[in-house]
Amino acid sequence: MNDSIRELKLMANTIRRDIIDIAYKAQGPSHPGPALSCTDIVTALYFDIMRVDPANPQWEDRDRLVLSKGHACPVIYSALAEKGYFPKEWLETVRRVGSHLQGHPDMKKTPGVDMTSGSLGNGLAAALGMAVYLKHEGKSSQVYCILGDGEIQEGLVWEAVLAAPALGCDNLTAIVDCNHLQSCGAVPDIQDVPGMARAWEDLGWNVLRCNGHNMEEVVSTLEVARDFRGRPTVIMADTVKGKGVSYMEFNNDWHQKIPTKEQYELAVQELEEAQKCL
Amino acid sequence: MSVKYDSISTRDAFGIALVEAAREYPNLFAIGADTTKSMGFKPMMKEFPDRVINNGIAEQNMAMIGAGIAAAGGRAVIATYAPFASMRISEQVRTFICYPNLDVKVISGLSGLSGNIEGVTHQGLEDIGVMRSMANMVIVVPADAASCTAAAHEVLKYVGPAYLRIGRGAVEQVFDSNYKFVLGKANLLDAAGTDVAVICNGCAVARVLRAKAVWENSGIHARIIEMPTIKPIDADAVLAAAHDCGRIVTVEEHNIIGGLGSAVCEVVCAGDSPCRVTRVGIDDIYTESGPHDQLLDKYNLSPEHIASVVVSAV
Repeated sequence: MNDSIRELKLMANTIRRDIIDIAYKAQGPSHPGPALSCTDIVTALYFDIMRVDPANPQWEDRDRLVLSKGHACPVIYSALAEKGYFPKEWLETVRRVGSHLQGHPDMKKTPGVDMTSGSLGNGLAAALGMAVYLKHEGKSSQVYCILGDGEIQEGLVWEAVLAAPALGCDNLTAIVDCNHLQSCGAVPDIQDVPGMARAWEDLGWNVLRCNGHNMEEVVSTLEVARDFRGRPTVIMADTVKGKGVSYMEFNNDWHQKIPTKEQYELAVQELEEAQKCL
Repeated sequence: MSVKYDSISTRDAFGIALVEAAREYPNLFAIGADTTKSMGFKPMMKEFPDRVINNGIAEQNMAMIGAGIAAAGGRAVIATYAPFASMRISEQVRTFICYPNLDVKVISGLSGLSGNIEGVTHQGLEDIGVMRSMANMVIVVPADAASCTAAAHEVLKYVGPAYLRIGRGAVEQVFDSNYKFVLGKANLLDAAGTDVAVICNGCAVARVLRAKAVWENSGIHARIIEMPTIKPIDADAVLAAAHDCGRIVTVEEHNIIGGLGSAVCEVVCAGDSPCRVTRVGIDDIYTESGPHDQLLDKYNLSPEHIASVVVSAV
């Protein structure tokens, strides 16, 4: 393992610690499961792939990220805090009255959040608008959008899927965090679409796949997406809901829930052990 | 009284203002949902084709592309017909345009009964009520082509979410190129009257002015106020009317629930002057297909009906 990948894995572990902290300390339940499934992807984006400047969150030439599955925002809040956009102490205020860190991402309240999001199904179309504008302005900025595999049941996602190739937005990368679970159960039990990746391909997208928890693979796939020209790219990232905390993995109870003190301590202990192995 | 129509539609008037704004603001984009031809984008398409996007029959995508453009640093104009520009994209406008206060203008055509022969599906009977309940939203309803040009110019200059409500065909001419539009300000067409105040906007203004002769025959001298900006409404003008006249009649091409009449009531209720408000508009029903003028006549906006309400209000 090279040093940079190890650094990313360490950072992902730190972000998972933050997510657990937020889940335990937040005033109401947050969404640890869906945040943990896209932690490695978000880490790779903010700490390797994306061109951003925490000292200048509004830098016009930056890359953009739209977290369309906005309920997973603890992962973004942690990444932004670790990146230096705002003090880490803010993380203890998630979902509290007066906080900069809202229950779902708010671009006007949180430095580093590029787009308000969280009402499911809307983010890809917003990312598409950003990509259209940045391309027209001659900027090399890339736009990334993270969606849930349940979320893509929303109709507006498909309006954007149809429009993006037609608008020539090869600076747009959609990442579907395929953690196989949605609020009410397993995605295939609720809406089984075996040809999902093929559907994107047929509609004009460059389709890539990766193991969303293998950091080398996540980084190399994002690099391919960034450099690909001619069509927008979608990455089907195979992930595990609750990844990194044994009792949260594959367990949809942790879609939105507050850990008990014992559960919190166990999660912290597991993540500390995992860190020692990196 | 003879009726004189505008030489161009409010949509064409908007289109001229749009291309002028596109010249002034190089980061302004216009997005349509297969409405680039029908919503007045043609002059801009001719001059700035790379800044006009037709994203297909997909209104929510149109709204979100507009939001994304604005979030990335541009200005966006989105345009479709009133039911879609208000209700189909209601959540996108509320959560992704108004909540982050992004610079996106919603241009709403075929509003009121001007969706005429298409029938209820394409008429905008509730749009102002929907839009008025969203914080940060500015709502403007011009009366004719000349006032639409002036209003569109100011709306496109304004930075932030705004809803410009326009029609379909040419409407009765009320104003000329001397018309002055100030965002948030009422336009007093007859300032001296104190028997009753008539507050109106959109193509109801022309009909109120035709009704004027009828109520004047009854010896009534009414204050006539055009209220092109419904939000933020000119509360001073409303409160002065309540104080000076004690009776207000509102006239609008919209359901009487949620639009201009409701907005005026909200201001009057919070004021100090006792004042009775009578709302004229579509009486909380669904209308039907037909020529615009005939629908206006049938659904409470004939000059005779307006005059009779004004006379009985005094």
